[in-house]
Amino acid sequence: MTENLTSVLDFLPQLWEGIQVTLILTLAGALGAMIIALVLGLSMTSNHAWLRIPARIIVEFFRGTSLLVQLFWLFYVLPLLGVELDPMSCGIGALALNYGAYSAEVVRSSILTVARGQWEAAIALSLSPARRMIRIIFPQAWALMIPSLATLLIQLLKGTAVVSFITLQDLTDKINQLRMSTNDTFFSFTVGLIIYFVIAWILQESMNLLERRATARLGRTRPNSRTERRLARRLARGEGGRHDAETAGTDPNGAGGPGSSGGPTGGPHGAGRGVSP
Amino acid sequence: MIWNWEFAAEALPLLLRGFGNTLIATVAGTVIAAILGLVIAVAIRGLPRSVNWIVRLLQAFIRNTPLVVQLLFIYYLFAGIPGLVDVPALVIGIIVIGVHYATYMSESYRAGIDAVPQGQREAAIALSLPPVRTFRDVILPQALRATIPSLGNYAVAMFKDTPFLFAISVIELVTTAQQFGAAKFAYTEAFTLAGLIFLAASYPTSLLIQRLERRLATY
Repeated sequence: MTENLTSVLDFLPQLWEGIQVTLILTLAGALGAMIIALVLGLSMTSNHAWLRIPARIIVEFFRGTSLLVQLFWLFYVLPLLGVELDPMSCGIGALALNYGAYSAEVVRSSILTVARGQWEAAIALSLSPARRMIRIIFPQAWALMIPSLATLLIQLLKGTAVVSFITLQDLTDKINQLRMSTNDTFFSFTVGLIIYFVIAWILQESMNLLERRATARLGRTRPNSRTERRLARRLARGEGGRHDAETAGTDPNGAGGPGSSGGPTGGPHGAGRGVSP
Repeated sequence: MIWNWEFAAEALPLLLRGFGNTLIATVAGTVIAAILGLVIAVAIRGLPRSVNWIVRLLQAFIRNTPLVVQLLFIYYLFAGIPGLVDVPALVIGIIVIGVHYATYMSESYRAGIDAVPQGQREAAIALSLPPVRTFRDVILPQALRATIPSLGNYAVAMFKDTPFLFAISVIELVTTAQQFGAAKFAYTEAFTLAGLIFLAASYPTSLLIQRLERRLATY
């Protein structure tokens, strides 16, 4: 065990290089996927068939063929057609195309889910179509699409592991090197999986933050947020009555005290302010 | 010059043979995932709080880490255990893919079970059905109705993830395409055909699942 720890410490700079490659692929892939998703997703909501149908075909094509096929196509076939890409661009390109197609579907359905009245109100105010999309529809659709995009972002992170097949030295490749140098499969892969897990967790939390900001900008709270669930639990414990909750807040364990008094009073206070003017 | 029909005709039978392994992995993986997913969902609901966090952590861990790394992990782990060296790579692949997707499917089962109206549970209590019968004969049939389409979607996703078995050198569709491309230097034909086979199999299936979803929709 101690030998393993020292060899990991020796290996740390290399591991960090691998993590960097994985992170660059994830973030650049996500950026590319988002651009593709916006273009294709918006095209798919268009009224013009000449925009909608090609976008639909492209999306179904990249969703239907596997990520690995696309990656190998970019890596092995494009050079034969005279386009030389370095492995990094191949990886980013394949990830962006594949997950962009999935995200386009999310963008499309979120835009169509925005309440009908919002569209009608924007038309009634005679906003131009571009303004209607940018100022009214998209901000609401954005808040709706973030949870699904977060799931896809985690999928994309996991998808980056395949780039080790096209000679890129990402985290997966480095883990394999660590396995060969320590000769301890269980140890090295556990370390690697935990690193992936932590990156996924950080990405998930930052997407939650993004969602909170997007919904707050609309003057709403995030559905089923952590604070909301905490409040619901507290109300369930205090059997609903606000008096009960407040008197109960003072006598149980001291650690819960400040938090529990902050939670419920935030609600009625805000509501009271809303009513008075 | 770019596209050679002779190579394409030569590659197609080989690719279809590789496709056989792809299908075996998908079907067997789906069976494992569907059964194990239900077990995980029931375990998370049924086990006491002090234990079920372990199951949930393990589920989150498998779900949020790459399938490729898990495949390599188990492959090399088995290679180091004397009794398990001879396990074929395809079997290892099926197990790992099955377990990976079981963690996804358990979430669908959970959502399906939660979506059964509370009144059904209350009615079962009023009829004094024992808990096991309530779950097996009242809750589960209704939950499955809502869950089946999303299980189908995961099966299609799994089908598109089977090329990852390339990592542990299972001879499936993409591995065959890569080998053929390398031998004949005919990457264009091999990979394009591989992609088209995937598209031809997965697109009609997802259309079927969409129809199934509409037919099974209750609420």
